Amino acid sequence: MAANLHISISAETLTSFGPLNFSNSLLTSSIVTILMLILIVKIRLSLDSNKSKISGWQNFSEFITEGFYGMVQGVTGDHKKTRFFLPFFMSFFLFILLNNWLGLLPGVGTIGFRETAEGTEHAVLLNKELSVPVSKVMASTEETIHLEETATENNEEVHAVEAAEEHTEEATDHSVFVPYLRAGTADINTALALGLFSQVMAQIIGIKYLGLSYFKKFFNFKNPIMGFVGTLELISEFSKVLSYTFRLFGNIFAGEVLLVVMSALVPLIVPMPFYGLEIFVGVIQALVFSLLSIVFFNIATISHDEHE
Amino acid sequence: MYSEIGIGLIMGFGMIGPGIGLGLLVGKGLEAIGRNPEATGKIQTNMILGMAFTEAIAIYALVVALILKFV
Repeated sequence: MAANLHISISAETLTSFGPLNFSNSLLTSSIVTILMLILIVKIRLSLDSNKSKISGWQNFSEFITEGFYGMVQGVTGDHKKTRFFLPFFMSFFLFILLNNWLGLLPGVGTIGFRETAEGTEHAVLLNKELSVPVSKVMASTEETIHLEETATENNEEVHAVEAAEEHTEEATDHSVFVPYLRAGTADINTALALGLFSQVMAQIIGIKYLGLSYFKKFFNFKNPIMGFVGTLELISEFSKVLSYTFRLFGNIFAGEVLLVVMSALVPLIVPMPFYGLEIFVGVIQALVFSLLSIVFFNIATISHDEHE
Repeated sequence: MYSEIGIGLIMGFGMIGPGIGLGLLVGKGLEAIGRNPEATGKIQTNMILGMAFTEAIAIYALVVALILKFV
């Protein structure tokens, strides 16, 4: 049964421009970016403080910005820092959230093209194609049961049906199904890019706030204990990237696998609570990623001597 | 065949630690909220952060299992 499920741990290539591959998760990320840009422009154009009545867009954006401001303020405790960190927090959160949720839409991961020996077939649904109508198959299975019971001489027909089934299986084995869309964060490269960006930004913020004394955290040779702690800090900076990457990718990809397996086991009703769970996991993971980034940014701005 | 056994072992043993950890974490968090309901917001945020760290350990095991299964 596992062979019927379409699960791929890496994103598939849609087209390639020379050595650059354009994968389906990259397409989804681009769609999310364009959506966010449209939203930003729309909100910016609707801002007007001269009007007596505030527009709905302005109201909505003020509401979410204030919510996020309070959250970041709770971590940093300094309005100047909060104003600097808020754009990072909001872009991380909205980008990851939209990516996670886009992967749950019907059609994402199920509509794509199929590459066969004859050529590519566009806009096909992911399913096992029935070369024989269902009624005929049912009739033939009834026939086989009948045959097994009575054990008459109609064996040739059964063999023919079996041969046909084998033939169709072979045909599907040679073709490769590639979905057009795949949740951006369900690709380890997207998660790695986000984690690397966040961690590099933490170093830049540390240098911005503490100057070169930021590196005293890692290279401190006053006494052997501080030297050892510095080495551990240095290693942990690199392992944070790994931790960001695997947390985001693992959660979202595992969610997709869960949905695929549940839908394959029982296609009706049963996957519904899991969709609810995945919507919740999408929010939590976006929140965790952005909140952790802010916490690490904030830790980078505090020197070791300060809180001793 | 051996890799299938490995996947089962990874998922089985890998979930023990994070399971205990999550149970302790949420239990203590709820206890703290019960003692001091005014601090619910602050406790909840830190609890979810801690849960993410704990869950990450389970996710490492899951990623290894997925790599063994599908690569």
